[in-house]
Amino acid sequence: METNQTKNAPTNVVGKPLDRVDGPAKVTGAARYSAEISVPGTVYGVLKTSTIAKGRITSIDTSRAAKEPGIITILTHENLPKPAKTPQQVEKWRAAQSYLPMQDAQVQYAGQPVALVVADTLERATQAAALINVTYQAEAPIDSFHDPKAELFDPQKIQQGKKDSHVVRGNPQQAFDGAAIRHEATYVHAINHHSPMEPAATLAVWEGADKLTVYESSQNVTMHQGALADLLGMPREQIRVVTKYIGGGFGCKGSFWPHTILTVLAAKAVNRPVKLALTRQQMFTGVGHREDQEQTLKMGTTADGKLVSLVHTKRATTSPWDNYTESNGKILDMLYACPNYSTTYELARANVMTSVWMRAPGEAPGSFALESSLDDVANQLGLDPLEIRLRNYADYDHSNGKPWSSKSLKQCYARGAELFGWDKRQAKPGQNRRGRLLVGHGMATASYPVHSSQGTARVRLFADGHAVVEAGATDLGTGTYTVMTQVSADALGLAPEKIRFELGDTRLPTAPGSGGSVAAGTVASSIMAAAEDVWDKVVKMAVADKKSPLYKAKPADVKVELGRMFLTKDPQKGETLVAALVRSGQPDIEGSGTGKYGAGYEEKNFGQNGADPNNDSKEKKTGGHSMHSFGAHFCEVEVDPDLGTVRITRWVGVHGAGTVLNLKTATSQMIGGAIYGIGAALMEETHRDASFARYTNADLAGYHIPVNADIPEIKVEFVPESDPYINYLGVKGIGELGMVGVAAAVGNAIFNATGRRLRHLPITPDKVLEALRQPA
Amino acid sequence: MNNFSYYQADKAKDATSAKRADKSAAFIAGGTTLLDLMKLNVENHDQLIDVNTLPFRGVEMTKNGLRIGALERMSDVGEHPLVVKNFPAVSQSLLLAASAQLRNMASIGGNILQRTRCGYFRDTAFPCNKREPGTGCPALEGDHRNLAILGTSEACIATSYPGDLSVALTALDAVLTLENAKGKQREVPITRFYLLPGSTPQKETVLEDDELLVAVTIPQTVAAQKSLYLKVRERTSYAYALASAAVGLEVQGGIIRAAKVALGGVGTQPWRSPEAEKMLVGKAPSEAVFRAAAEAALRGAKPREHNAFKVEMAQNTLVRALSEVAA
Repeated sequence: METNQTKNAPTNVVGKPLDRVDGPAKVTGAARYSAEISVPGTVYGVLKTSTIAKGRITSIDTSRAAKEPGIITILTHENLPKPAKTPQQVEKWRAAQSYLPMQDAQVQYAGQPVALVVADTLERATQAAALINVTYQAEAPIDSFHDPKAELFDPQKIQQGKKDSHVVRGNPQQAFDGAAIRHEATYVHAINHHSPMEPAATLAVWEGADKLTVYESSQNVTMHQGALADLLGMPREQIRVVTKYIGGGFGCKGSFWPHTILTVLAAKAVNRPVKLALTRQQMFTGVGHREDQEQTLKMGTTADGKLVSLVHTKRATTSPWDNYTESNGKILDMLYACPNYSTTYELARANVMTSVWMRAPGEAPGSFALESSLDDVANQLGLDPLEIRLRNYADYDHSNGKPWSSKSLKQCYARGAELFGWDKRQAKPGQNRRGRLLVGHGMATASYPVHSSQGTARVRLFADGHAVVEAGATDLGTGTYTVMTQVSADALGLAPEKIRFELGDTRLPTAPGSGGSVAAGTVASSIMAAAEDVWDKVVKMAVADKKSPLYKAKPADVKVELGRMFLTKDPQKGETLVAALVRSGQPDIEGSGTGKYGAGYEEKNFGQNGADPNNDSKEKKTGGHSMHSFGAHFCEVEVDPDLGTVRITRWVGVHGAGTVLNLKTATSQMIGGAIYGIGAALMEETHRDASFARYTNADLAGYHIPVNADIPEIKVEFVPESDPYINYLGVKGIGELGMVGVAAAVGNAIFNATGRRLRHLPITPDKVLEALRQPA
Repeated sequence: MNNFSYYQADKAKDATSAKRADKSAAFIAGGTTLLDLMKLNVENHDQLIDVNTLPFRGVEMTKNGLRIGALERMSDVGEHPLVVKNFPAVSQSLLLAASAQLRNMASIGGNILQRTRCGYFRDTAFPCNKREPGTGCPALEGDHRNLAILGTSEACIATSYPGDLSVALTALDAVLTLENAKGKQREVPITRFYLLPGSTPQKETVLEDDELLVAVTIPQTVAAQKSLYLKVRERTSYAYALASAAVGLEVQGGIIRAAKVALGGVGTQPWRSPEAEKMLVGKAPSEAVFRAAAEAALRGAKPREHNAFKVEMAQNTLVRALSEVAA
């Protein structure tokens, strides 16, 4: 059996633009999202949330609410069953927010749950919640790091202790001071909310005093199971979390939030299944957000545009308890060949809930700063934006000295430029007019890391030529069901319609959630490992079977590809897995395996130090490869100089992301990434009132996400790329990549159109008009 | 949303009488604003009187102009050939508003009576003089980027009517027909229908408790036929105007004989500008004349920190609209 493959496994169905296997169930309504599931006896929970952002509850009058028909209970901090532990008492709490509301009379952010009504219908629970009269002793809240009362501090560690708040490579300040070109600028990113179509929802079903099933809108059922086990003091195996379909998450369903445990505790209190879905307004204060933040970037280059230093600082708002902030610096560290780099994070506590990862956390705002500044320097030096990027092309990862496992960025640049017609770009800003409108062309680089991950899968191959493949992964709606069906089909040599792929249940083998772009690469690897287990078993059966063409062969001499076993030295001699299984008389055969993605896969298959035989450079450390996907965005904007409106008129994205599992779903995901980035660039902004620390536009009429009319045809291509180091199939995740660099590409195009640099997202018409009032 | 009783009125008089008898009742047509506000507990009505089966329908040309039944749907009116041909600004204002789903549901009368999108009004956790008189207006110092710069008071700066249709109707001198519980009808020019906030921002129109808006009549004029509605917003569709302009011009012999100008998104009510019209009439259309008119229209503006941009944006919107309609 050959496991130490040096090239990616052969494919048949993988890569094909297969229609979504869950499409018919979704369009006919047969697919049930978490809030649509009901079990007998289900009752409805509704949260009452705080009107103030800071203070104490002095009384809660539930008398009017309790008189409403159908009310089963009204829970407050005074009568809610206590969890075994609060998140702050859990040793290694796995979610962003460590604060659990409704444990005492404290209020620490606007929209914090203060009561939970359970009633026989949703409508009755909703109305009763409105009738609860909560009185508060309010204090003046802190609304953000801009608040005069706020104090910036060095958090030492960010992201639950995973990253340092200060990182230095080389001697960045000195290098900047001595640089021929010194560019310094500050970038502002508004508060953004994930705003998936499906709101967060929990259905909690106690099946006994110590047995719990939770139907949750979860991007990671294992995470939800573990967090519940921690809070309830129960063994994980007694808790089942199920998520069959997700209507978008973008990160907000990949962490653990108060509504889930509150619903579970409510179900315990009433001894009935309780279902609770956040309202759209509650989605703005229930599941995190992308924090308000400001970045200052000092960029030093040589006279010919080669980077010599990047000095980056970020200031951002965080909650009263946690030091979460996106790690913007990491893309600045690795994207180009820059010898000196530093980043510093400063946070200030405010009366807001903990922010959380939102699609391309860190990379999206970080690349906005980097790619905008680089565009400025290019313009200052009279260099084409593509040329300055090529001059700074990183042949290895300067953040750690490692060679790339694969990188196709030059091909992305070239193909993107060709598709876009970049050579026709007018270099001088403000020269390209279309009637009254100013036309601009901009580009930016995209990149996203391959985060190391692992997971398990189970494959059960039936003698009738069907198979069930299982992994406790999730499908955000991006196509996990479909692409894993394709991977399974090739692993077993079956048609995709013969495969049933099951996910979204902690009863299934443990797999990573959908987040950090790890799901596709990891689950595909897990399925291959499980399939290998099946191969091994069937090969053993075949070599012992007189009727098999492989009779008496050594298993080590047998190879399996696309469901067919054959002698490595005589490929003609062989048969299919199913043929051997049928002859054996066994109705089915099962295998399982653990698959790795990223560094873990490389270490297992290549060894830690034998990374790259061609790597003899001194500055490159041993210890494997640096793993990233790369891409390039090109866009055209029309700016109305009188009205300040910006419209995107053309978009091209070309990406190198390893093996593409399904051209249709992958293309859709990259289009979605561009749209998500365009939203952040041009319109997405949640306003938090400075006096009340409360949002003033917490609904989808007030929080603008792009509509169809905002989006032109988006051309997406993938360049062929093979990467043997990351997993069997050479798959790199693409969930985040498509969004990275989008805001910068838009800003760069606006600069090209107007000669004005907009550094404050979103770039709304008021800001464009203000910029146009200033001299170019 | 509180519990309420539902009553489907068969006759106008039944509807208006029921409303007179119950101060807490509300008429419901499309419900696209009302139900939202009830779900937010911003409005609490113990009775909804469904007026959808009442005979206030039809789009027809009369001697006084185009008469539109208040229960017609936005999409039907926006696409009606008589409207498209004779009142392009009205058609455009309807079709640039909301989303297709909302336009199919929302009535003309309901649109004219829609309420502000001010975030402080729509969230009962905030004080708001319009919602709860005397509690204060956090928008004055807070998030007022979308709010008004014309017609404001220290009590309220909300764009009390945030929509589009009434801006076009205001420019074109539309007249509203109101019917009360006695069955008596009265006609009110739309320019006198909306009230400035002053110290009573809760009182938004001259509509009496028992009155139902039953029809809109738009005089047929040359300027109405040569009219245009221009709307500016960061999102191309399904967004309220940051600024908008409804204009109509009658040009004869190279001279502007009549001008109709109203602005949206900038006033506490749809903002008719006689000052701008005065600058236009009698002059030959030119960018300079349009610019002078736009400056006159915004002369009384009281911008604040986050909506100061609206002065220039509204001026430019008006200049653009006039240039396009004159072209």
